[in-house]
Amino acid sequence: MTFYNEYLRYKDFDFDNFFQKVTRADIMDILQKQKITEVEFLALLSPTAASCLEKMAQRAHQASLRHFGKAILLYTPMYLSNYCVNRCSYCSFNSDSGIKRSKLNLQEIEEEAKAIAATGLRHILILTGEDRGRTPVAYIIEAVKVLKRYFDSISIEIYPLSEEEYSQLMEVGVDGLTIYQEVYDEEVYDCVHEAGPKRNYRFRLDAPERACRAKMRNVNIGALLGLNNWRKEAFITALHGNYLQNKYGDVEVSISLPRIRPHIGSFQNVVFVEDRDLVQAMLALKNFLPYIGITISTREKKEFRDHLIPLGVVKMSAGVSTEVGGHTHSNGNSQFEISDTRSVGEIKKAILAKGYQPILKNWMHL
Amino acid sequence: MDCLTIGGVVLKSRLLIGTGKFSSNKTMTEAIKAADAQVVTMALRRVDLNGREENILQHIPENCILLPNTSGARNAEEAIRIARLARAMGCGNWVKIEVISDNKYLLPDNYETIKATEALVKEGFIVLPYMSPDLMVAKILAEVGAVAVMPLGAPIGSNRGIKTKELIQILIEEINVPIIVDAGIGKPSEAAEAMEMGAEAVLVNTAIATAQDSIKMAQAFSLAVKAGRLAYLAKVGLEKKLAEASSPLTGFLYEGEEK
Repeated sequence: MTFYNEYLRYKDFDFDNFFQKVTRADIMDILQKQKITEVEFLALLSPTAASCLEKMAQRAHQASLRHFGKAILLYTPMYLSNYCVNRCSYCSFNSDSGIKRSKLNLQEIEEEAKAIAATGLRHILILTGEDRGRTPVAYIIEAVKVLKRYFDSISIEIYPLSEEEYSQLMEVGVDGLTIYQEVYDEEVYDCVHEAGPKRNYRFRLDAPERACRAKMRNVNIGALLGLNNWRKEAFITALHGNYLQNKYGDVEVSISLPRIRPHIGSFQNVVFVEDRDLVQAMLALKNFLPYIGITISTREKKEFRDHLIPLGVVKMSAGVSTEVGGHTHSNGNSQFEISDTRSVGEIKKAILAKGYQPILKNWMHL
Repeated sequence: MDCLTIGGVVLKSRLLIGTGKFSSNKTMTEAIKAADAQVVTMALRRVDLNGREENILQHIPENCILLPNTSGARNAEEAIRIARLARAMGCGNWVKIEVISDNKYLLPDNYETIKATEALVKEGFIVLPYMSPDLMVAKILAEVGAVAVMPLGAPIGSNRGIKTKELIQILIEEINVPIIVDAGIGKPSEAAEAMEMGAEAVLVNTAIATAQDSIKMAQAFSLAVKAGRLAYLAKVGLEKKLAEASSPLTGFLYEGEEK
């Protein structure tokens, strides 16, 4: 039994027909309940529920206060390499894209680490494209050994690994995994992943579970909103989070809601996700799974990010560059354009102004 | 004077404060002062000795006893490692054991908590374990050397009050180390209730940290804890379902006897 079986339960479900039957009274009833079921959660994702956002927000805010309080953890991504053998039509690291490729050596990694650590950040997320030849697990292990001297928490956002490989990385100091399915709809997945090992839908889908089995501390999942109907994708993402949390109680499961940003891939059929859509997805999610933290990246504009804080955000990236070596020098080869270019100091100030406390350290190597 | 002794230390305040979830370090400092708390718990994972303004320890008033907690520990082994780190980092030798392997309700793992408590007492720590109220577990914790036992009133952060009242009452009656009600207390009246029941102290965090005015709320809790304790010492009248006749039926047996 893996999450794929759960996914299959809804593979042929008629979402549109379901949504059409949802009434405003249904939504009001659901929001009175202490615990919201799967089907009720789906109703909260309906177009009808879009008119009840304020009520959903109040409920999500209260739940988030109880569970997480007035604190926001800050982290930043560090791109180690942009070599990639996949052809994903929505990504600038696409093997056909013609961008300049590079990979940091251990000395460069240390320089980036110093630059980031100087901003006060203590949690880091390291990223690579998928290229087991150029950036094998052994390379990631060496990178982590260097980074451990500068950071208290190290998460990875790299190609999917085996359970054994996740264990190896945890042994040297990795405590978190971020891996997005990108799109849960298997057919769309097949379309946008044109070539490369990422075409293996099931291997990627089960990666978070393999990390949970390896006892990874934090596992963060998500769908890249814009590749498919966001209501369906948000629904399946939450089912995935719920599946993992129920099965692996000791893992901190969190969910990101990345929206597709300008990139130099070929994908043109973007399903536009408005601000209010993203907010609805986030609120529905928080009402369904109050104990799951939400991560918001610098894909979103600064004003919008600030407004999202009280709605259930637990983690935010700050002082971000999405290019390899971007913290020490910039060469204009980013994975996607970021919208919030504020420094760590500026974001800390903005969080405090919202009545929240920016947290830089929330773990340590044991 | 009515004082509480924990691990050989005499405390005047029976309100312990947690430091998570505050909107700023400044608010936290003021709330601790307003609560008149002497014991302050903080997650070791938040302590950053290399940080500057971010070091949470600098925001805890100096006269307070630090009670580092093992938040984030998923088993006894991790709790033990965190406790040792806390001591190595200069946080003293008090530790609140918190072992949680359930991320949904954040309920403590009593079995792993016993293991961690036993090991850390042997290493010379003053151990206060957070636990689900269970008589046998509390007995073992006291037996292996816990200086107090901290049963939850309701899940952490739930603000639901003392839902485990009957079980906590049994611990208060049967366990010979102080019972400190930790987690679930959402209102000062509930803190007073715990104290009236005979709890030796309460630990409050979320209710203060997430109140609109944390400082006022800290004061309110401080007063409530004092009121509850006074009421306990004054012997709260028993609850009765029926009105009791004020002219007793067996009074004639004692007529003529001196009162």
